[in-house]
Amino acid sequence: MIEFAMQKAWLIPFLPFLSFVLIGLITKRSEKLSAFISIACILTSFVLAILVAVGIFGAGEEFIEKSFEYSARWFSMPGLEISMGVKLDPVSSMMLFVVTLVASLVQIYSLGYMHGDPGFSRFFAYLSLFAASMLGLVIATNLLQMFVFWELVGLCSYLLIGYYYFKVSAREAAKKAFMTTRIGDFGMLLGILFLQIVFGTLNFTELAEIVPKYADYGITLGTLNLIAILLFIGPVGKSGQFPLHVWLPDAMEGPTPVSALIHAATMVVAGVYLVGRTLFLYKTATTAAEVVAYVGGFTAFFAATIALTQIEMKRILAYSTVSQLGYMIMALGVGSLTASMFQLFTHAFFKALMFLGAGSVLHAMHGKVNVWDFGGLRKKMPYTAWTFVIGGLAIAGIWPFAGFYSKDEILLEAFNTGHTGLFWLAVITAAMTAFYMWRMIFLTFFGEEKAENHPHESPFSMLLPLFVLAFLSVVGGWVALPEHGWGYYIRLGEHEAGHAPAWMIATATTAAVGGIALAAAMYWKKIISYEAVGKAAGPLYTLSFNKYFIDEFYLWINHTIVDGLGRLLYWVDIYVVDGIVNGLGFFTKEAGAVLRHTQTGRLQNYALILFAAVVVLVLYMYFKSPAAAMIVLGGGN
Amino acid sequence: MNIDYSLLTIEMLTAGLALGLLVLSLVVPGDQRKGFGYLTAAGLAIIFAISFAFNGVNKEIIGGMYLIDDFGNFFKQLALVAGVLVALASIPYVEKLESYRGEYYSLLVFATLGMVVMVGAGDLISLYLGLELMTITFFVLTAFKRGDSKSAEAGIKYVLLGAMSSAILLYGLSMLYGVAKTTVISELVSTIQAGQISPALILGLMFLVGGFGFKISAVPFHMWSPDVYEGAPTPVTSYLAVGSKAAAFAAFVRIFMGGMPQIQEIWIALFAGLSALSMIIGNLIAIPQTNIKRMLAFSGVAQAGYILTGMVAGTNAGIKGLAFYLMIYVFATIGAFTVAIGFSNATGSDEIKDMAGLSQRNPLMAAVMLVCLLSMAGIPPLAGFAGKLFLFSAIVAQGKLWLALVGLIMSMVSVYYYLSVAKSMYMGEAADPSPIEIPGSLKLVLIVSMVVTIFLGIYPAPLTGLAEAAASVFALK
Repeated sequence: MIEFAMQKAWLIPFLPFLSFVLIGLITKRSEKLSAFISIACILTSFVLAILVAVGIFGAGEEFIEKSFEYSARWFSMPGLEISMGVKLDPVSSMMLFVVTLVASLVQIYSLGYMHGDPGFSRFFAYLSLFAASMLGLVIATNLLQMFVFWELVGLCSYLLIGYYYFKVSAREAAKKAFMTTRIGDFGMLLGILFLQIVFGTLNFTELAEIVPKYADYGITLGTLNLIAILLFIGPVGKSGQFPLHVWLPDAMEGPTPVSALIHAATMVVAGVYLVGRTLFLYKTATTAAEVVAYVGGFTAFFAATIALTQIEMKRILAYSTVSQLGYMIMALGVGSLTASMFQLFTHAFFKALMFLGAGSVLHAMHGKVNVWDFGGLRKKMPYTAWTFVIGGLAIAGIWPFAGFYSKDEILLEAFNTGHTGLFWLAVITAAMTAFYMWRMIFLTFFGEEKAENHPHESPFSMLLPLFVLAFLSVVGGWVALPEHGWGYYIRLGEHEAGHAPAWMIATATTAAVGGIALAAAMYWKKIISYEAVGKAAGPLYTLSFNKYFIDEFYLWINHTIVDGLGRLLYWVDIYVVDGIVNGLGFFTKEAGAVLRHTQTGRLQNYALILFAAVVVLVLYMYFKSPAAAMIVLGGGN
Repeated sequence: MNIDYSLLTIEMLTAGLALGLLVLSLVVPGDQRKGFGYLTAAGLAIIFAISFAFNGVNKEIIGGMYLIDDFGNFFKQLALVAGVLVALASIPYVEKLESYRGEYYSLLVFATLGMVVMVGAGDLISLYLGLELMTITFFVLTAFKRGDSKSAEAGIKYVLLGAMSSAILLYGLSMLYGVAKTTVISELVSTIQAGQISPALILGLMFLVGGFGFKISAVPFHMWSPDVYEGAPTPVTSYLAVGSKAAAFAAFVRIFMGGMPQIQEIWIALFAGLSALSMIIGNLIAIPQTNIKRMLAFSGVAQAGYILTGMVAGTNAGIKGLAFYLMIYVFATIGAFTVAIGFSNATGSDEIKDMAGLSQRNPLMAAVMLVCLLSMAGIPPLAGFAGKLFLFSAIVAQGKLWLALVGLIMSMVSVYYYLSVAKSMYMGEAADPSPIEIPGSLKLVLIVSMVVTIFLGIYPAPLTGLAEAAASVFALK
């Protein structure tokens, strides 16, 4: 079975794709059948992913140094060989497991959440395509294959964010997500092209071998740094790093299961995964790696400061995602694949848990989104509330929940590689994370119940994924315990650092507990007046609440510069380009109409042209070839 | 002389199938000949399957008169697979015939045999033999709708013009023999010396170009094709469009690339001119056409222009592109013509304007037409895009950027008339919105054409592998 799963790992993305095709073409009209096909396919993929993981991790060292790889030639031209294949190693098997797991749970959850939606089948078709694209991205053997699926993921997120296409805000959010990530993709494409031109291959395994010998390919370290930074722009867009993070909070316009899928396991971690896959490049191009580390660290901090003051549940979660992705990117920047992938792994569980929990709350509150309108929900929705609390403990990094281990790992790596500044930035961010998460939890689930709310617990299909994810949010970090040796499994290259010293664990835990305590004091026990704090912060509060006015700034750029340029080009288009194009079109059509008259339908004419053409050809060739012409003109020999 | 007859399995089986059908049609009573179409298709399909056993075989028979090699095999497979599709597409048409149902299929298989012999020929005589077997069979098939004046007119035009072109071709072959003193193509390489080009040789070559140019309907030898395409029974038209064209291209490659690579500079310029003319004139005249068959005829002229660029490249990459393009052209063309067959079978019309609203009346037909036309236009991710990419990159590699540019511009022009069909099908209002039913055999052809066209666009590697093997028979650059 394991052998089969590894040999046929392409089935993992193929099955959800098949379900997309089946739903789209055949079962669209039957909602139950569509949902069944979709869930059956993703669950089968999940089982296969588990088998693959068992095969890869069970083999011990074997696949760590050398991945299990096979591919089919997709396209070839002189100088360019493109293949589509499957690359299985610890990192990709871990991702396959996480993606199929979260996608399965999200689909099961959607059974309840999307119940009665007119586009029920369409929704499942999109979810399937989304999962297929992401899984295809994960198993990619080369950058081009990855780029193809990367774009497909982008397309799917566009479709899903704009799922409620009748809402203007959803349409705008979908466009914003698409265009913002497109900016990143463009940079990334340039990076890919440079790699192909310089190194002549896009295969990860081959690149990993030859990139350190970049000097043999006639480029300097500066050029390599430039290539690495260009490539990094893609993940900046996709994984919502500053300054391209603006689309991610708006993506909340999609149905909540989609938010869980996008923010927890799929689209946004694609960027992290790409950097992880090409880490060999950043190990060589150290300047680019520093850029990556600082962009990540800054994003983590920056997004956390925004999340402090937001009032919509999903928006807080969105900025928290941006912040957590910053952690992962930072970990990669300081050179630790293990820490980053570990954080990705645990984050997938607790963030999906919290998004689905938020969905459960929103479902119960019938569209109310402001956390100040909630309160005391734990009484009416105990399961949602307590699973959410587990998620909150996990993300804050409280022992023994998953986030504790992964956050420590990142802090340790940052410190050990001499990035003391980033280390303290991350610690402060951790404190803020605990604060804003627990601010939301206290306001939503604790305190006084509000009389105007009539919450109810969600159906079982929605609760089941919460239970599973809550369980994983507790135990997910335990793979890092020494006896399980996570660092050993996920290691690529040199061995990672050992255990965090006691002072570091104490610092991180103090930060987390401090954040939670402060939140409790302000929003639960009301010992400290949050209004007074808000006033005292003054302009800082305004900045944070308005997300540093970055959206407004981009809007201003769009309105003045882009639109202005657009109007100018529009004029050129209408009067110059269209004139030429229409003129050409007119000329072409007329030429066709005139030439048509040569087709008389008369046999004699046809025969005449046939023979005349041969004669003309012969004469032309005689006069073209000087030797022959001499003979003709001279009367033959 | 010892002849290994097992090498001729494909040829003998095809001939056997043709004769068997002929005999069967005499034995089986007229009203019980319904299964002939499926029988023919199945027979050809089996031979097609057997042909894969000859992949990689490289032998010659009777002192090089006949060749069994990957190049020939590729085009045999092309002729056979096209034969299968055309036989299936013919079923509703033949059911409407009053008589000669069995003969129709028998002739179809004889035409296939002609192509098979032609692409395997290693000698001018056997080449001509195959060519005439194919052509004469097509004369009969073109005029098969007895009592239909358009069919009769097409038949007569094809016979007369075809005979003239054969005369030119034969004259050219005799000139070539006179100069080279051999009819074996592979010996031409040593007997025709570069730098010793006599007027007689040039005369012979031009006649060859004229004769085969007629078959591939390249401008200025294309005049017959719209009239014959329009008048002939549509299944015959589709076979004429793909099979006859592919076989003539194979002959071009055999004679020019195989026999005369040493005097490339003479014929490359000539093919470049023909190619450019065909692309420009074919696409331009296609624009004002109102009849789908005539439109496809002119588009076929333009397609011949694109494929000729493979000859212009004069390299193995060019042959690979040419072979690849011809194979995918089979599916796109037969798919489009089969939609026309189903449509005229149900409505009696071949006019593009009558196809308005087809997407409502039969979504499958509209979708197949759209996919096939867009593939011919070279829109990714369909097979036609990959084909044009191979062809144009082959000529760009030889520094013929101008021709690739002409091809690109004319491809853009072609999008106009292809899309106007799509616009009519998808956005037009049907005068009669009743659904159109088509027989199962046509559905099969439609689905196969569409699936192959999409599949080979996304994943062309299996076919490029075969095309590369075919091209590697020739030891060019």
